[in-house]
Amino acid sequence: MKVVIMGCGRVGAWLARQLDADGYSVTVLDTDPYSFRRLNFPRHLPDYKGTALIGNGIDQEALKRAGIEEADVFFALTQGDNRNVMAAQIAKHIFNVPRVICRIYDPLRKELYSTLGLEAISPTTEFAQTLKERLES
Amino acid sequence: MYIIVVGGGRVGYYLTKALLNEGHEVLVIEQNPAICEAVNDELGSICFRGDGCEVASLEEIGTGRADMLIAVTGDDEDNLVSCQVAKHKFNVPRTIARIRNPKNETLFKKLGIDVTISSTNIILEHIEEEVPTHPITHLLEIRDRGLEIVEVKIPPESSTIGKTVKEISLPQGSVLSLIIRKARKPIVPTGSTVIEAEDQIIALTDPESEEVLRTTLRGE
Repeated sequence: MKVVIMGCGRVGAWLARQLDADGYSVTVLDTDPYSFRRLNFPRHLPDYKGTALIGNGIDQEALKRAGIEEADVFFALTQGDNRNVMAAQIAKHIFNVPRVICRIYDPLRKELYSTLGLEAISPTTEFAQTLKERLES
Repeated sequence: MYIIVVGGGRVGYYLTKALLNEGHEVLVIEQNPAICEAVNDELGSICFRGDGCEVASLEEIGTGRADMLIAVTGDDEDNLVSCQVAKHKFNVPRTIARIRNPKNETLFKKLGIDVTISSTNIILEHIEEEVPTHPITHLLEIRDRGLEIVEVKIPPESSTIGKTVKEISLPQGSVLSLIIRKARKPIVPTGSTVIEAEDQIIALTDPESEEVLRTTLRGE
């Protein structure tokens, strides 16, 4: 199964290493090569053997280079909600990737794009919910 | 009309100025406080400080009653989201987005943005027109019909010179509408009009036939 991850921040890098260790074929895309350091540190996690590519996920050419045309899953995990939303829609509507998951911090925007058919997660509401459950348990 | 302009940069500023001159009610939404202040100083209190992609800010400025939203920030992704929020959350009848990367045009169209303006393409075309050997010039695009008006120059060695319009097999989607000849009155071509060297031909075409129209007319 081929996975393309846009954004090699903490979440993106962590996910890439876990999926890579589980046997997925993973490509991570980021505009800043410095962020790829997260794929090798901390050392106690398995080494990343997948592909790391410099490129902007809202650029269709960069997505093609990352192998979006053969991808089964695409994750949009940059810091920018709008960038994630745009990249996710490119993956879904231009390249017809079967599964597209996208992070949207802003709960209202997340709600809107869920109704438009994007599989979106808002860390804001999810984390607030977790905190609330902690308190109540 | 009530028009919302997203982004108070250079494009946003001059656009707003023009729209105000035409008598529209305009509101600019801009995140940067310094730009906001500059716009307000120049054009009166019409700039709201906020995020034009955020539902809450758009609600505050009454996007629900807007007739049009024009997103002209420097980032394609922001313009896209702003238009989508306006369209789907506030039912704004017409959304216009500025695009920097021409490759995004199909995506924006597919996602329901009514009009897209690619600044890169516009600049390119204007520069290309200044290159004397440029074989085809885009004069006008009739967007809602999917047609464009172009100008084709007939080079001196073209194989179509001396042929009548009838003899040239033009693509189905193209019509010749005017021929401009040096020092003579422009003529409306008919089937029997003979093509001459250096003719400037104004034609109406669909974008798909443009390439064939050019090669056929220029005898390439």
